[in-house]
Amino acid sequence: MTPLEQLPIWAALPAALLVVVGAAMALIGSVGLLRLRSFYERVHAPTLATSMGMACVLLASMIVFSVLQTRLVLHELLIAFFMIVTTPVTLMLLARAALYRDRTEESDQVPLLSTPSGSPEAEMAAPDGAEAVEER
Amino acid sequence: MRRLLPYPVIWACLLLLWVLLNESLSPGSLLLGALVALFACWGLALLRPPASRLRQPAVAMRLLGMVLADIFRSNIAVARIILSPQQHGRRAGFVSISLELRDPNGLAVLACILTAAPGTAWVDFDSAEGTLLLHILDLVDKESWIGIVKNRYERPLMEIFQ
Repeated sequence: MTPLEQLPIWAALPAALLVVVGAAMALIGSVGLLRLRSFYERVHAPTLATSMGMACVLLASMIVFSVLQTRLVLHELLIAFFMIVTTPVTLMLLARAALYRDRTEESDQVPLLSTPSGSPEAEMAAPDGAEAVEER
Repeated sequence: MRRLLPYPVIWACLLLLWVLLNESLSPGSLLLGALVALFACWGLALLRPPASRLRQPAVAMRLLGMVLADIFRSNIAVARIILSPQQHGRRAGFVSISLELRDPNGLAVLACILTAAPGTAWVDFDSAEGTLLLHILDLVDKESWIGIVKNRYERPLMEIFQ
């Protein structure tokens, strides 16, 4: 007998629904990786899994374990917090790498640099400017 | 007081993290958590992070609610785009927005918001000129997107952080 069999029906139904919706969002995000055309479009697809997919599965987990242990289980909130805080790091890394590649290849799909020189060296100079602003 | 506890808000957040991870409110675990958070704050003070003050918690809560609703809506919109049979009618593209927000922590929160909402991706930020390059999956109207970012997100963030 698994512990899940002790779960009352009023908690099992919303939890099951949330898990199915969350898994469906993650699946749609993965389908998007296949279907969308350019790199910059594909970058949007996995966000479905990391936003609503994650939120639904974590909510289901909170419901199930709060009911089973008859106390409030909240540490899933930490998972959500750390996912939201860390996703931009990888996304920016990927997007900026792609942008750098496309600008070096002089692709017409990406906007040019706003700086007048428009050379890759100007792009490299940007992080120094960032530090100067933050130190102020 | 400032020397002993340099970042009271971060200290409280770390203590909350400790309590959530341990799932206990016993005096022993609270004391240990308070000590660990205190050492972490001292360590953080050595790094000299860019300081900013959190103002207007009411605005922050309203922003949080708005962002959650927006994330829900854009999830549905992007799922519909991915599942729609024809992919050719839609236009995706870049939008360049000049921001007035300069606070590094505020910009970090803006990056989290724009990344967490499907359909918008933070691509590049020129901190010297304050121009943000966004990629938008369903670019119907550039001006309306600029308005959304500036009015919905940037204005409350400026109220909170500046």
